[in-house]
Amino acid sequence: MSGFFNSSIGRKYAMALSAFFLMIFIVQHFAINILSVFNPDAFNEISHFMGTNPLVQFGLQPILLFGVIFHFVMGFILEIRNRNARSVKYVRNNGAANATWMSRNMIWSGGFILIFLVIHFIDFWFPEINTKFIQGDMSGLLPNGDYRYYEELTHKFVPIWRVALYCVGFVFLSLHLLHGFSSAFQSVGANNKYTRGLKGFGKAYAILIPLGFIFIALFHHFNH
Amino acid sequence: MNLTLKIWRQNGSQDKGRMVDYQVSDISKDMSFLEMMDVLNEQIINKGEEPVAFDHDCREGICGMCSMHINGEAHGPDKGITTCQLHMRSFKDGDTITIEPFRAKAFPVIKDLVVDRSSFERIQQAGGYISVNTSGNTQDANAIPIDKHAADKAMDAATCIGCGACVASCKNASAMLFVGAKVSQYALLPQGQVEAVDRVKNMVAQMDLEGFGNCTNTGACEVECPKGISLENIARLNREYFKANVKG
Ligand code: HEM
Ligand code: SF4
Ligand code: FES
Repeated sequence: MSGFFNSSIGRKYAMALSAFFLMIFIVQHFAINILSVFNPDAFNEISHFMGTNPLVQFGLQPILLFGVIFHFVMGFILEIRNRNARSVKYVRNNGAANATWMSRNMIWSGGFILIFLVIHFIDFWFPEINTKFIQGDMSGLLPNGDYRYYEELTHKFVPIWRVALYCVGFVFLSLHLLHGFSSAFQSVGANNKYTRGLKGFGKAYAILIPLGFIFIALFHHFNH
Repeated sequence: MNLTLKIWRQNGSQDKGRMVDYQVSDISKDMSFLEMMDVLNEQIINKGEEPVAFDHDCREGICGMCSMHINGEAHGPDKGITTCQLHMRSFKDGDTITIEPFRAKAFPVIKDLVVDRSSFERIQQAGGYISVNTSGNTQDANAIPIDKHAADKAMDAATCIGCGACVASCKNASAMLFVGAKVSQYALLPQGQVEAVDRVKNMVAQMDLEGFGNCTNTGACEVECPKGISLENIARLNREYFKANVKG
């Protein structure tokens, strides 16, 4: 199988598998975040559980980090190889005549998602790691005894610039998934009688999930 | 019709090449694109210059030789046809038409608009065949019953003429539609099963070796393919390749 993953097709299987993993992860992330709108207490509880459970922290979290890093590194590798496959460019090329903008610009939508992720990590992940593992405060509590998660979340969405940045980030995620969702199925060889329906579902997924995240950011901005 | 043509001129594979402008006049709307090129070449020859080299053979959409990238699209703006089936009625008087060779590292330019597509031949040689004993005791073709749907799909895949428009249109210069069609035409039939594992492995290995890109599933190939080869064939190629690697 080592030959498999060094082949053009094998690389795309790997790319699609990492993408499936990320698409499932994002649904789970959304499900937790949306609780912050409807039920702050439940949001606090589950955040505390996810943040302190050793299985999540030392089992799932490293897998997630690996999945993200693998996906974008492989994305860059594929992009470089694909550019090399056409050393002399066309003087005139009408890309829009036969393929969508989203499918032709996965590296750009992906690149902006990567920039967003760096900011997202600086905003949430580094402070979490700092509080829990450097300062050693695993309590998840504020000095007044309340859980800190909901407080921290709403506080983050006060500055309008950050809200705007999140919105832009999710627009790029939407563009990425509008092509990526169905593309991942094609990459693993699934193209059959369900494909039409799956494409429709993929479009809905690619619009609704990012829109949901945007809603959460706007909700907290205008309510606090 | 009077037209301005911007054509890629490259005197041999070592030449750097450049775009050159030409004017042609009194072009009939009923001419095929290649006939228009013939008129241009006569004009160039009469001036004592070197005519534009371009590939063609059948001029009826069968051989797949007429590789031209016209106004940014393989085989020009119309769908489901080769360049020889493109007619001048698809253009307007006064148009500027850009004509370039198919571009891919695996399709090096030989001269002007002529590219070397022997990379396709080498992929075929790596596994695009079945071994049958034809020395007098040939079996009747109908002795093996074949599901009608499978037979139809195999025939559809077999209509690929190896023109290379899929590679030329793909932003990654990927040959997956071509290889998908060539693997599918056998994968769907019982006669193709004996060599199935080696076939797909060897053809994909050769495809990678030739320097074609990866597939991003943009679907540009399917849109530009003159024979309407479907993306289903790429999915089948992916499945066949996975199966072959699991089997060893
Ligand atoms: C971290 C930054 C990211 C970068 C740089 C990136 C880059 C890419 C690139 C270049 C491709 C196309 C690969 C090809 O040429 O076939 C791709 C495909 C894909 N990406 Fe991303 N991506 C990123 C994040 C994400 C995220 C967060 C998700 C999902 C939530 C995602 C889902 C997908 C999917 C579903 C595909 C299609 C896979 C396939 O065609 O088989 N990506 N990505
Ligand atoms: S798949 Fe279509 S575009 Fe590609 S070589 Fe065959 S006939 Fe030409
Ligand atoms: S010349 Fe044969 S297909 Fe165009």
